[in-house]
Amino acid sequence: MPKPSLELKGSSFTLSVLHINNQDLDAVAAELDHKLAQAPQFFIGAPLVVNLSGLDGEEVDVAALKQLLTSRQLVIVGVTGASAALNQQAKDQGLASIKAGKQSPVTPPQVRNTKIVKQNIRSGQQVYAKDGDLVIFGAVGNGAEVIADGSIHIYGALRGKAMAGAGGDRHAVIIAQSMEAELVSIAGQYWLAENLQQHCPGKSGCIRLEGESLIVESLPL
Amino acid sequence: MAQIIVVTSGKGGVGKTTSSAAIATGLALQGHKTVVIDFDIGLRNLDLIMGCERRVVYDFVNVINGEANLNQALIKDKRCEKLFVLPASQTRDKDALTKEGVGRVLDDLAKEFDYILCDSPAGIEQGAMMALYFADIAIVTTNPEVSSVRDSDRILGMLQSKSRRAEQNLEPIKEYLLLTRYSPTRVKSGEMLSVEDVSEILAIPLLGVIPESQSVLKASNSGVPVIIDQESDAGLAYSDTVARLLGEDLPVRFITEEKKGFLQRIFGS
Ligand SMILES: Nc1ncnc2c1ncn2[C@@H]1O[C@H](COP(=O)(O)OP(=O)(O)OP(=O)(O)O)[C@@H](O)[C@H]1O
Ligand SMILES: [Mg+2]
Repeated sequence: MPKPSLELKGSSFTLSVLHINNQDLDAVAAELDHKLAQAPQFFIGAPLVVNLSGLDGEEVDVAALKQLLTSRQLVIVGVTGASAALNQQAKDQGLASIKAGKQSPVTPPQVRNTKIVKQNIRSGQQVYAKDGDLVIFGAVGNGAEVIADGSIHIYGALRGKAMAGAGGDRHAVIIAQSMEAELVSIAGQYWLAENLQQHCPGKSGCIRLEGESLIVESLPL
Repeated sequence: MAQIIVVTSGKGGVGKTTSSAAIATGLALQGHKTVVIDFDIGLRNLDLIMGCERRVVYDFVNVINGEANLNQALIKDKRCEKLFVLPASQTRDKDALTKEGVGRVLDDLAKEFDYILCDSPAGIEQGAMMALYFADIAIVTTNPEVSSVRDSDRILGMLQSKSRRAEQNLEPIKEYLLLTRYSPTRVKSGEMLSVEDVSEILAIPLLGVIPESQSVLKASNSGVPVIIDQESDAGLAYSDTVARLLGEDLPVRFITEEKKGFLQRIFGS
């Protein structure tokens, strides 16, 4: 099958918008020249949409406005926020009437939830921070378990078990003011108390995964 | 408002019943109308330590089941008129303690008493959970050794999650540490944890330290709460504990080794 001569596809572009707030085109021209002098490369040749909502329904000569802009090498593609009368004028000048879309749905960078627990975690208790980090203001007792898909921060002694990166996150860390744990694990790699005693240089510690093995650093706490 | 105090520990044999009897007696001697309840169904021994075992007719479970009323079951102490004992049953099983039944009895007692002490059984089963469920104050009785400290930590978790105050989102139970059977000599030799160690691990305020003492066994064999024996270090330590419970600020005694006597100094130890 021959390739069709044309295709229609949707696509979205980011356009600069120039807001006109004054009916007096001489004043507009003066301010525009001032702006252009500051940053000519920013405007020249770039497609512009003119927003006329700042005129609050006052009349303006769209043809003159277009002339004013094109003479300064600005490329106008359309108007937005215009009254019905101004829209008609714009149409006569071959300009499109554009509706501003909603704020583009940019997906925010994935943020982790942080679960904060302001108490001691006692023997037999278990705390799990799903999809996020766990922060504990207190101690984790022998026989207690703290688990997080992210990292675990303990502002107190860790005497029980701590499992960070429970969902497989290899970048998770375990930090405690005093490392006396029964077990620490990151993404499934674990140390028992005796391994910890061999490796732990000081009271406080930050445990993380390097390659396939756990490492511990003491903290200047 | 009556205060409900649970004497609890998790671990068995740490001195809960000894402490319940002593503290209840101490509170009553200070003029507060006090009742002490034995929650150790099937293994009752509070009545023995209180010296009233021969006067037990009805018990706590009878009252819960409506087989006797409170006045029939409460035993008035023979030494102190403000003190009463509600004994446990020797024969029934511990599932007789239901939340509704215990709650009802405590409500009734609260109308008449200033302090209601609940002597908890060991463990974390029904009896222990019912003893702590309605508490306003918990006296976490702990011996200075690792397993006892760990069980106390476990009980603290229960107080914070399984009690009425926790379930109803009320102000949490006031938790206090009572360190019992403390032997400064054995702490010094490293066989036992020190007051500081235990306080650090459990992180709750210290209510008292009761030394390991011959006088405790002597007192319980004769059915007299050890606090009555004001010649003994344990008796004095319990008096201090009661005073602190009532808001006094007292230094902790009997936590350093006794000075050696004259002969010991000459002949060494
Ligand atoms: N300060 C003490 N010095 C010496 N012996 C003590 C002391 N306190 C308690 N004991 C002894 O320890 C034993 C257990 O005490 P007690 O019955 O009060 O413990 P408990 O916690 O109530 O036990 P259970 O868990 O079985 O109810 C008893 O023989 C008692 O005499
Ligand atoms: Mg007992």
